[in-house]
Amino acid sequence: MVHGAEAVRGQAGGHGHGEGGGSRRDFLILATTAVGAVGAASVLWPFIDQMNPSADVLALSTVEVDLSPIAVGQAITVKWRGKPVFIRHRTEEEIQAARSVQLGELRDPEADEARAQRPEWLITVGVCTHLGCIPLGQKATDPKGDYGGWFCPCHGSHYDTSGRIRRGPAPQNLVVPDYVYASDTVVRIGEVGPAGGAAA
Amino acid sequence: MSAPVFRNPVVRWIDYRLPVFTFLNHELNEYPTPRNLSYWWNFGSLAGIMLVTMIVTGIVLAMHYTPHTDYAFESVERIMRDVNYGWLIRYLHMNGASMFFIITFIHMFRGLYYGSYKAPRELLWILGVVILLIMMATAFMGYVLPWGQMSFWGATVITNLFSAIPFVGENVVSWLWGGFAVDNPTLNRFYSLHYLLPFVLVGVVVLHLIALHRFGSNNPLGIDTKGPQDTLPFHPYYTAKDMFGLGVFLIFYALVVFFAPNLFGEPDNYTPANPLATPAHIVPEWYFLPFYAILRAVPNKLGGVVLMFAAIFVLFILPWLDRSPVRSARFRPIYKIFFWILVVDCVVLGVVGANPPEGTWVVIGRIATIWYFLHFIVLLPLLSRLERPRPLPVSISQPVLSGGGYAPAPARAMDKA
Ligand code: HEM
Ligand code: FES
Repeated sequence: MVHGAEAVRGQAGGHGHGEGGGSRRDFLILATTAVGAVGAASVLWPFIDQMNPSADVLALSTVEVDLSPIAVGQAITVKWRGKPVFIRHRTEEEIQAARSVQLGELRDPEADEARAQRPEWLITVGVCTHLGCIPLGQKATDPKGDYGGWFCPCHGSHYDTSGRIRRGPAPQNLVVPDYVYASDTVVRIGEVGPAGGAAA
Repeated sequence: MSAPVFRNPVVRWIDYRLPVFTFLNHELNEYPTPRNLSYWWNFGSLAGIMLVTMIVTGIVLAMHYTPHTDYAFESVERIMRDVNYGWLIRYLHMNGASMFFIITFIHMFRGLYYGSYKAPRELLWILGVVILLIMMATAFMGYVLPWGQMSFWGATVITNLFSAIPFVGENVVSWLWGGFAVDNPTLNRFYSLHYLLPFVLVGVVVLHLIALHRFGSNNPLGIDTKGPQDTLPFHPYYTAKDMFGLGVFLIFYALVVFFAPNLFGEPDNYTPANPLATPAHIVPEWYFLPFYAILRAVPNKLGGVVLMFAAIFVLFILPWLDRSPVRSARFRPIYKIFFWILVVDCVVLGVVGANPPEGTWVVIGRIATIWYFLHFIVLLPLLSRLERPRPLPVSISQPVLSGGGYAPAPARAMDKA
């Protein structure tokens, strides 16, 4: 070891400074390590990123839904990006219930007006924000929870008639997807409206 | 200690160049083992045998299984109905996972009772906890493969646990899924990892054994071996004892496989996965139930997830929580009581995990969760200070020998040396 080090230092000394040889070696070690680390990280990244959604999965798909057959008080479920989307034709009472709540009472405060472009149609992603189960409440016979919206059977989350979390472990309201009304009776889910979001 | 002389010349020729036979002889034949090991010490070798069983049956299943959302369920049904002995191999694999966990849990409680995690076996214990974690990941991903309703919704709920991570949670989950929901990309990668992890497990098990053989097994008295009079060669004494235990275990395993193959399973998993309808009552496999109960005991998403992982991670620091110098609960009258309370507590957590999170179940679940952490974080450090252990025997052989037994002459001679 000592021999080798001295030999190298001797060579460096040939250029003039014995002392400078040590720091030059330090620099080389540092630079090599840094380049090596950057190289390793740049090879690692493709191996991590390959697991992210691929281009075909990402290709933004939209679903067109005809709303005309859905009677007041009825709800339907459509599949969008592999997930269910709830479309509920709300009754007057349901809208009232959703709009009369004090925002301060809510865990994830959001006005109903900001969640439904048209008050009679509530459109949300039907995935519980706790751990991803599908809440019950779409069928007439389903339990709708203590707030008349949805009830998640997995760990007992209650959502209100605006799809907002009211009780249970879920931290957030049911997500409102991007959507636009293509006509009075047709809605396109997954399309960003001119206003840029669901809350037109 | 000198290298053994092998009679077979071929063995001798090989061993001179590649000393595997010396190694095997050293670790499996002459390996000195405490002479007082009870049947609780059978479960380590049983776990190893189960790992091999899982790999063999798994590789065979992989020859017939199709990892695609459109074919996975059907291919498993084909294994069950059409593949020769497919039903047997699948049931061995499916119930093998349950057996593997039963054995591992008993093995771990054995360690807790006899203080096997204490110095100098801390790393041995930590490697064991690593094995448990890898086993859990493997079993979880395996359960997704048949693509039944429980497969799908179990995968959804468990992967969603990671959405509790602040800020990047959603990105992590979509990275795990390879999409916006559990779907074909998820099934493919789970299959790939389910194939890989058991072999990683083999590697960690080897490390576990290297750590074990450094100081040898602990024993029911929890005191160190003091010389040859305290030990027996592994072969034939413990090979025979392990074989007998294996026979008893295989009877149990066979009874389940042949007479109650779906005992540990969920009927819902014989319904193909439906991404648009969650079954009314989703439960994980039984071996995850205590952890599931802890998850649900907390009415806050992040809190529940953190506590659930903490329930396993607390085991990593166990050697530093329990500072009592006495290993075996035989000599720790108060610890012994708390040990059994902990066993009951874990069973209660399991029962709570299997029941809907309503009414009294919630209350019981919370109490049992609090007790679990109280035991490790408060009671163990306190006990190490307050408890008065009973006097330890001088050596493993002393109670026997002083009672008129005899030690083999050479052992005595070496004892004096
Ligand atoms: C630590 C070892 C292992 C554990 C704990 C384990 C666990 C499981 C579990 C719980 C299932 C679901 C059984 C069911 O409900 O049908 C499963 C399925 C499967 N495993 Fe494993 N496994 C292990 C090793 C392996 C290995 C090494 C392979 C392949 C080389 C493998 C291949 C498969 C296949 C193809 C399936 C799907 C067929 C089926 O569901 O029966 N496993 N595994
Ligand atoms: S997934 Fe809905 S309450 Fe947990």
